[in-house]
Amino acid sequence: MKSILPVLTVIAAVLLIWIVAVVPMNVHLTADQAQRDGAVVMPDTSIARKEVSGVALALENPHLIPLTYVGKRPNLPSPHQVSAEMFNTILGKKITSKRSLVYHGWVTLAPTLLGFAIGTLLGVLLAVGIVFSRVMDKSVMPWAIVSQTIPILALAPMIIVVLGAAGIHGILPKSVIAAYLSFFPVVVGMVKGLRSPDHMQLDLLRTYSTNNIQGFWKLRLPSSTPYLFASLKIGISASLIGTIVAELPTGAKAGFGARMLVGDQYGQPILSWAALFAAALTAAALVGMISLIERGTLRKMGMKLA
Amino acid sequence: MTQNPTIEAKGLHLTFETNDGPVHALQDVNLEINKGDFVSFIGPSGCGKTTFLRCIAGLEAPTSGEISVNGMTPDEARRARAYGYVFQAAGLYPWRTIGGNIRLPLEIMGFSKSEMSERVDRVLDLVDLSGFDKKFPWQLSGGMQQRASIARALAFDADILLMDEPFGALDEIVRDHLNEQLLQLWARTQKTIGFVTHSIPEAVYLSTKIVVMSPRPGRISDVIESTLPKERPLEIRDSPEFIAIAQRVRDGLRAGHAHV
Repeated sequence: MKSILPVLTVIAAVLLIWIVAVVPMNVHLTADQAQRDGAVVMPDTSIARKEVSGVALALENPHLIPLTYVGKRPNLPSPHQVSAEMFNTILGKKITSKRSLVYHGWVTLAPTLLGFAIGTLLGVLLAVGIVFSRVMDKSVMPWAIVSQTIPILALAPMIIVVLGAAGIHGILPKSVIAAYLSFFPVVVGMVKGLRSPDHMQLDLLRTYSTNNIQGFWKLRLPSSTPYLFASLKIGISASLIGTIVAELPTGAKAGFGARMLVGDQYGQPILSWAALFAAALTAAALVGMISLIERGTLRKMGMKLA
Repeated sequence: MTQNPTIEAKGLHLTFETNDGPVHALQDVNLEINKGDFVSFIGPSGCGKTTFLRCIAGLEAPTSGEISVNGMTPDEARRARAYGYVFQAAGLYPWRTIGGNIRLPLEIMGFSKSEMSERVDRVLDLVDLSGFDKKFPWQLSGGMQQRASIARALAFDADILLMDEPFGALDEIVRDHLNEQLLQLWARTQKTIGFVTHSIPEAVYLSTKIVVMSPRPGRISDVIESTLPKERPLEIRDSPEFIAIAQRVRDGLRAGHAHV
């Protein structure tokens, strides 16, 4: 794996920036606490310290610097605090526990996968319609684009409320929002993919007097495969975001979204950050899985990445 | 000869409407191609040779004039799968094996499984690719890919073969070899062949009839009946007869240019 070194370099750079940023971000909070615990801090009132920048305050009180990394309710948790929290809540708890991130992860993952499946199916069907029907091309495509300009954060509660009023609860409302975000890249990618055969290939089929349905199965669909995979990778991460967004404004009791919200509301940023990273890792794993399937499939088909 | 020509064009015109005004791709084209003829269309770019071949194939509709293929309109002939068409690029499906690519038209036309495999074997043998049916296109050289695409066009036994610069993208050595093989294939299958090229030696070496075309508007400037024997070793290209025909083709091409 030649790609591992650049990836590690980027991760190292991000970690470094993070570690450095922890000090000025937290030093005011740390100074207040240290003073309450009897330490000497310059300047000596909280109000006076507000006038000083984080960097200046830390430089004037170097003894505070180690303390900024271990505060209980920091503005910016340090990497080791987040990783300890993740370690505890992923490996340290039974997965049935309400405090286990694995439990919350599954609560988010299930609607993500269902929504992704619905979105992909819908996207492929719409794309087929758009490619074969001029009317659908002119009528559906603009609406598909408009649908993505509506802020999902505004739309999500409405969908949940409307579906709830119709008696639909559980994972389906979240899946609907996940599907709403994931169908669009699939439509765009598949339309391009189904139209990717060039004139010569289409003419060849005409010389065989091929009908549209045969042309679809024998040429258009196989040609669209690389485009489909590119879309699926965007689609599945969009699904995950959709599910999390669906959990945020609706008082969900479980899931990554609920976990982030709880952390924010109860002043436990470490909790929010752990959920955030767990969600990012989940997204990376999902995209990675599709990449693997993509690589295998395309190699088998003698094709290149789109 | 009282038999009707296999392909007959009378007063054929074709005008493309473009944003820069009409382009006269074909003007008053008259031609008869008899069964078993090997006819080459030669001329500079824009002379309408490919357009004419596409008219025969029913891929392009003439603006006026008449054209018949096996006594039908080109569109009827296309529906009756009267011809096999070979394009400039092999255009094999990368996700199908060579055998799978040759089966493509057979699947579309609804041949039985046993019939398909029998035909795949037969046409692969015709283009000298026996044993390659399980290979994928990327495992073959450009020349082999083009031969596979010829096999694909032969698979469903159309008695007309239309070829649009099939060897244009290949190097000279491969091209000579394929030309020789194409003549053998023509002798064995007795097909009527329409062949577009812009190589004078290729046209003279292969054809029983050479149609020289000139551009703007695309029209036929000369039709040369070849006097070369049917049996043609590659060395025939050094014979005085060959050189004389090549000279006449060259004169025809030059005359066409004088009008511009």
